Formats: sequence, structure tokens, C-alpha cells
Amino acid sequence: MDGPGHGDAALSAPTLTAREAGLVGCRQCTRVCEAADERCPRCGARLSSRDPGALQRVWAWWLAGALLFIPANTYPMLITSTVGRASEATIVGGVIELLHYGSYGVAGIVFFASVMIPVGKFVAIAYLAILVQRGHRTKPKHLLHLFEFVEWIGRWSMIDVFVVAILVALVQFDLIATINPGIAAVCFALSVVFTMLSALSFDSRAIWDRIKTLSND
Amino acid sequence: MRASPDMVCCPVCDALHHLTREPATGEKARCIRCGTVIANGKPQAILHIVVLASTALVLMTIVVFYPFLELRTGVFDSRASVFETVMSFSQGIMAPLSIAVAAFVIVLPVARLGLLIWALGPLSVDRTPWPGAARALRYAEILKPWAMAEIFMVGVAVALVKLADLATLSMGPAFWSFAAIVIITALKDTQMSKHSVWTALDTATRR
Repeated sequence: MDGPGHGDAALSAPTLTAREAGLVGCRQCTRVCEAADERCPRCGARLSSRDPGALQRVWAWWLAGALLFIPANTYPMLITSTVGRASEATIVGGVIELLHYGSYGVAGIVFFASVMIPVGKFVAIAYLAILVQRGHRTKPKHLLHLFEFVEWIGRWSMIDVFVVAILVALVQFDLIATINPGIAAVCFALSVVFTMLSALSFDSRAIWDRIKTLSND
Repeated sequence: MRASPDMVCCPVCDALHHLTREPATGEKARCIRCGTVIANGKPQAILHIVVLASTALVLMTIVVFYPFLELRTGVFDSRASVFETVMSFSQGIMAPLSIAVAAFVIVLPVARLGLLIWALGPLSVDRTPWPGAARALRYAEILKPWAMAEIFMVGVAVALVKLADLATLSMGPAFWSFAAIVIITALKDTQMSKHSVWTALDTATRR
């Protein structure tokens, strides 16, 4: 029972933001600094009240990630050669193969991590960026939950890249069977990294800023 | 308005707060506006973080040097350590990916543990912090999303299923230490509260 307004004894707030008070809050260590400070005197993190270029960076990384997601899905992820015959599998192809084996659970995990999460992330980040750009009337807590979820789950897309690495390292029986990585592995890994950077560039404080501006109009 | 030492700023929504007192044991101080936990009352947190990080670091040496997974198909036998897994992309155009996987799975998790111990180790035994402690702690926080040991574990599980009917698989000692590291790291992160850790480091440096 320590949620907001539930008799929280340790914190009392004048509902004012650091920016409105003419101060800068350090996002690293929560210290409140003077507006003129360039770096936080306690932890040395770079301070910025609001970064005007944040949304541009979000969109730049988003676009790079989205573009790389296309070759990641069209090119092969795994190249398996068994007794002279080579077969190639894309991300979705690998999922279908798992379904044929009857491992529905694992197929579900791989499909979720490599297709659902990236696509969902692109949609969610674009949605957040557009709302913050235009100003919005959505409840800020809903947007924050969405953002925190996106930020947290993004890293899990790397599963498929690691699976490829493990398979390649283990299955090296020269004549009988070898597995080699395909070009899609690189594209996919880069796509995940770029979308993570896109989410990290997003300034959650903007969610509240933009709703304030609207109510003042 | 002037900045005063009892002021705390929510890192997520920028709301200003006055921290009237440090939260009591087991209590959490949440941001009034967005509900983010700003400080939590865990007096032993720093000691716990250092102990858990040291344990994970020791286990990490086992992970790198012992076999991780073993694969047998009749006469053929293949063994892979985490190091070999990391090097599996090392040919030609895939080489950068090899470096990235090495970074995500071994280098960054180890670096993060090392930085945390450097920053908080002396603090946990009531000594003056080592030089550069603030910088070390800041870098450890920056590295957080990029250390992906736990994701690698799920990747292992998926790979096991994919190979299950191809060959017999067995897990080496490195596999179990890696599993332990993932759990220990998760435990350690629940102890972290930016505000509390930074306040502790601040007061210790001034002493």
C-alpha cells in the first residue's frame, strides 16, 4: 500500500516539475541540480532539462531498425548442410520447422521473440513518438506503462541470434551435418540493437510535458 | 527556486519531491505523479549487491573455461564452450556479429559486475570509496540493458529443443554456473535503487 496517495510518508511533493521550478533533475541519480549545471555534481551524468533532438534520434534509430528488419526476414538465418545437401531457413521457416517437430511451446517462444516483439515494438515506439510530437489527451500512466514494457522486452528479441550462434558452434560434424549462419542473423541483430537505441532515446518526461501544454491552451 | 539537498527528482517524469526522511525498512518511496519507485528502504542493499556481484563474477570464470554443452551422435562428439559459441560467427562478414555476441554474453556482464564491485565494494565494509567510484557506478547503469546473459540462457533452451532428436545433448558445469549467474544477477538488480545507492556513495565520499 505504498502507491501514490496511499499515505506515502517519505515523499511529499509540490506537484511541480524540476523544469517548471527552473531546475534540472539528474536522470541517473535523482539529484536536483541548478539549471546552469552541465553535469550532475554527484554522479557526473550529462544533464539536460529537455533534449530537443530526442525525438529525431528516436525516429532515426527506428527507421534504421525497420529497414534492417526486412532483409532479416527475407534472407536465410541458418544454412544447414546434411550429407552434401544444403537447406536454408529464414526466421519464419525455422518456426514452421519447429512446428513440424511438434514443439509448439518453443515455436511459440521463437515466433514471439523474433516476429511479434519486433513488429510490436515498431508500432509502439511510432505511436508514442507521434503522440508526444503532436500533444495528446491520453492518460500519461498508460503511455508510460507501454513505454516501460517496450523498453524492457526489446532485448529479448536477441534470442534467435543466440540460438543461431549455439547451433553453429555445436553442429560441426564435417561430413554428416554442419550448420552455418546466414546473412539474416547480422541484419536481425542490428535491427534489434537499433530499436533498443530508439527506445533508449525516447524521453519519458515528454509524455507529461505534452499533456500539460494541451491543458494550458 | 534553489536546489536543496532534500529535493529529489523523479527520473521518469521530472516531478520534484521533498524527501522528508529515508524510507523505513521494507518501505518504498514512489513518485507521486507516475508511481516509479524512487527510493526503497533496504539498509543492507549495498552489502547484498556486492556479495551477489562477487559470486556472479567467480561463477563467470567457470563459464568461460569449462565446457558448456556436449553433443553426441553415435561416433561423433562435439563440445562447445561459451567461448566457442561466441566465436561461431568469426568467419568473414559475420565477424562483427561474433564481437557483438561476445560483448552481450560475456564482456558486458563481466564489466558490469566489476564496475559495481569497484564502486560499492569499499562502501559495503564501511571504507572510503575507491577513486572513480561515481563514474564506475554510472557506467554500470548505462550497461544494464546491454548485458544479456539471461537471454542467452533462453536461447540455449531453444537450441536444445531444436537438436533434441538429432543427437544426445548433455550440459557441462559451465551451463549450471551460467544458470546460477542469471538468477543471482536478477536478485542483485532487485536490490538496486538509484537514489539510495547514490546517496550512500555521496555521504561516504564526503566523509
